[in-house]
Amino acid sequence: MEKRVVFRNPVLPYLLLAPQLIVTLVFFIWPAFQALKQSVLLEDPFGLRSRFVWLENFEYLFANAQYLDSLSITAVFSVSVAALALSVALYLAVQADRVVKAAAVYKTLLIWPYAVAPAVAGILWLLMFNPTLGILAYALRSLGYDWNHQVNGDQAMVLVVVAAAWKQISYNFLFFLAGMQAIPRSLIEAAAIDGAGPARRFWTIVFPLLTPTTFFLLVINIVYAFFDTFGIIHAVTQGGPAGATNILVYKVFNDGFIGLDLGGSAAQSVILMAIVIGLTVIQFRFIERKVHY
Amino acid sequence: MRHFRMMAAAVAVSALAAVGSAGTASAKTQIQWWHAMGGALGERVADIAKGFNESQSEYEVVPTNKGNYTENMTAGIAAFRAGKQPHILQVFEVGTATMMAAKGAIKPVYQLMEETGEPFNPDAYLTTVTGYYMTNDGKLLSMPFNSSTPVLYYNKEAFTKAGLDPTAPPKTWPELAAAAKKTQAAGYPCGFTTAWQSWVQIENFSAWHNIPIGTKANGFGGLDTELTINSPAHVKHIQQLADWQKDKTFVYGGRRGDSQALFTNGECAMYMQSSAGLAGITKTAKFEFGAGMLPYWPDIGKAPQNTIIGGATLWVFDGHPAEDYKGVAKFFSYLASPEVQAEWHQGTGYLPITRAAYDLTKKQGFYDKNPDAETALKQMTLNEPTENSRGLRFGNYVQIRDVINEELEAIWGGSKTAQEGLDAAVARGNDLIRKFEKESQ
Repeated sequence: MEKRVVFRNPVLPYLLLAPQLIVTLVFFIWPAFQALKQSVLLEDPFGLRSRFVWLENFEYLFANAQYLDSLSITAVFSVSVAALALSVALYLAVQADRVVKAAAVYKTLLIWPYAVAPAVAGILWLLMFNPTLGILAYALRSLGYDWNHQVNGDQAMVLVVVAAAWKQISYNFLFFLAGMQAIPRSLIEAAAIDGAGPARRFWTIVFPLLTPTTFFLLVINIVYAFFDTFGIIHAVTQGGPAGATNILVYKVFNDGFIGLDLGGSAAQSVILMAIVIGLTVIQFRFIERKVHY
Repeated sequence: MRHFRMMAAAVAVSALAAVGSAGTASAKTQIQWWHAMGGALGERVADIAKGFNESQSEYEVVPTNKGNYTENMTAGIAAFRAGKQPHILQVFEVGTATMMAAKGAIKPVYQLMEETGEPFNPDAYLTTVTGYYMTNDGKLLSMPFNSSTPVLYYNKEAFTKAGLDPTAPPKTWPELAAAAKKTQAAGYPCGFTTAWQSWVQIENFSAWHNIPIGTKANGFGGLDTELTINSPAHVKHIQQLADWQKDKTFVYGGRRGDSQALFTNGECAMYMQSSAGLAGITKTAKFEFGAGMLPYWPDIGKAPQNTIIGGATLWVFDGHPAEDYKGVAKFFSYLASPEVQAEWHQGTGYLPITRAAYDLTKKQGFYDKNPDAETALKQMTLNEPTENSRGLRFGNYVQIRDVINEELEAIWGGSKTAQEGLDAAVARGNDLIRKFEKESQ
C-alpha cells in the first residue's frame, strides 16, 4: 500500500504553495494573458484609442516579408547556436574528463564565460571584431579577408552565433562533464580490455549514456537561443545589417519599444510563445523516446 | 508587451518614490522633467534646471535622465498609461507625429502659454527650428530644446598633405569625390563616411536639393501622405555612394554615430555628422579639422536650399494641476532667454532657438574664435525654408527610419541596387504610414 503524508489542515498546503503560485501568476500568466489580449487590438501607444481588430495583427505579420525573413533567420540562428554550443562543449568535456593533472584549473577556466552577462559578452566580441578598431578584424584583413559585419549580413550572423554559443558552452560543459563522471568506470574499462579504442568507446558507450543530458541541454539551448540572446543581438548588431540578424525576440522588442507598435509586437510574442511551446512538446514527445535513460 | 507592463510598473514605483521624497523636501511645486541627455550634456541640463530653480522660489524643476531618446519616450508613454506622467518629456524629432496624434495626452505649447498667460512671441524663434514643430496654421506644439543639423567635417591635416586648400572644404559632390581621390593618394585609406545615414543622406539630402521626401508637403499636409525617396535624384545619389565603396571613396561605418571612429582615428578624411558632434570630435580627433556645409549635386533640384534639423523638443503632458503649468510656462520662458540659449549653444554645439541668442553669441565674439560653430547655422538659414525643406512629419517614422537603415544597408552590402532598395523602403514605409493613419482614426 502506498504511504501518503496528508495535511490535516485543508488551507495549509495552499498557503505553502501560494508564494510560488503568486509569482507564476503575476510574472508569467498575467503578462501572457495581457499579450494575448493586446494581440487582437489596434491601439495607439498612449492607449487613448483602442479597437478590436480580430486577427488583423497576425494577418499583417504573415503577409510581411520581413517577418517571414525573421522566422527563417531565427531558425538558422538557434540551430547554429545550439549545434555549436553543444558540440564544442561535448568536445571540451571529453578532453577535460581525460586530463589527470590540474583538472580543476581547466574546469574552472572553462566555466568562467558563463558568469559573463550577455550584453557584456556581446560587447567583448564586438570590440574584437569591430571593423575599425577590432584586433581580430585587423588580423583577418592582414590575411586578405575583408571583415565588415556592419555591411555583410553573413558575417554578422557568424559573429552573433559565435558570441551566443561561446557564452553557453560553459553551461553545457558542466552538464556534460557531470554526465560523463556518472558513467560507471567499469563499463569503459571493460570495453578497453576488449580492445575498443577511445573513439569507439566514446561512440558506443559514452555518447549513448549521455543522451539524457544531451536531450536536456538541447531543450535548454534552443530556449536560450530563442530568448536569452537578446542582449547579445542588442549589443552587437541590433538586428542589422539589413535585418540579417533580426531574430524574433529582437523584433518583438524593436517593434514594440522602438516602433511603439503594441498590437503587432504582442502578436509576435504570442507566436513566439506558441513556437517555444510547440518545440518543447515535440522534443519531449518524439525525441525523448529515443533517449536511453 | 510583457516588458511594457513591467516597465509601467517600474515607472509607477519610481514615481511613488519621487512623490515620497518630495513631501519632505520643500513646499515648492515640483516640475518633473524627463530627458535623454547623458554624460556632459546631462550636466548641462542639470545646470539649466539649477539656474531656473535659483531664479525664483515658487517652482522646482527636477530633471531625470531616462536613457536614450527611445527609452525616454517609451518611459514617458508607459508612465502616461500608468497615470504617472512627468510634466515635461524630451522627445526626438521623428517622434513628433506620434506625440501630435496623442490628443488628450499632451498640452501643446501655444495652448500652455495662452492658458497660463505667459508672454510668448513665436516670431522671436528661428523658423527653421520651430517650423518642424508647428501646426499648419503656425502654432507651436512643443518647445525646441536641442536642435542640430549635419555638416561636413574634414581633416585639415589630410587636406594639406594632399595639396588641397585646408580652408576650403569641397562644396559639391564632384568636388568632394576629387578631394577624396587626393587624400587617398596621400595615404588616407578612406575618402569619407557618414553618420545617421537616413537623416543625412536621405532626409537632409532631399531638403538641401529642395526635393520632396514625401507627398503632402513631407507629411505636414495630412496623414494620407506617401514617401517619395525613390525618385531618380535619390536613386542617383544613393547608387553613386554605393559605387564609391569600390575604391573606398565612401565607407559605411554603421548606424547612428558608429562611424565616428573612422574619422577621428584618421582613416576617413571627411565625415558628415551632426553639428552637435563637434564637442565629441574635438575631444577624440588628434588632428586639426574644419566644418563645411554639406556637399550638393549641381545638377539636382535647386541646391543648395537649406538643411533640416534633428534633435529633440520638450513636450508637455496633460493631466497635472493648473498651478503646475504656470511653472512649466515660466521654465520655458527661462529656457528660451538669450543668455541661457547662448550658453547652451556655445557649450554643446546645438543650435540656438531664437534669433536673439544667435545675435548675442555673435556679439560675444564666439564665432570669431570658433568659425566652425557657425557653419551649421549659416547652412540651416541659407534660404527661407520651402515645403520640401521645412522638415518632415510621417507617422511611425521611428520605424520607417529603421526600414530606411535596413534597405540602405542592403544597398551598401550589394544585395540590392539603389533602385531596388529605395523602392522597397518606400513600399515598406508607406505600409507603416498607412498603419499609423488607421491607428489614429
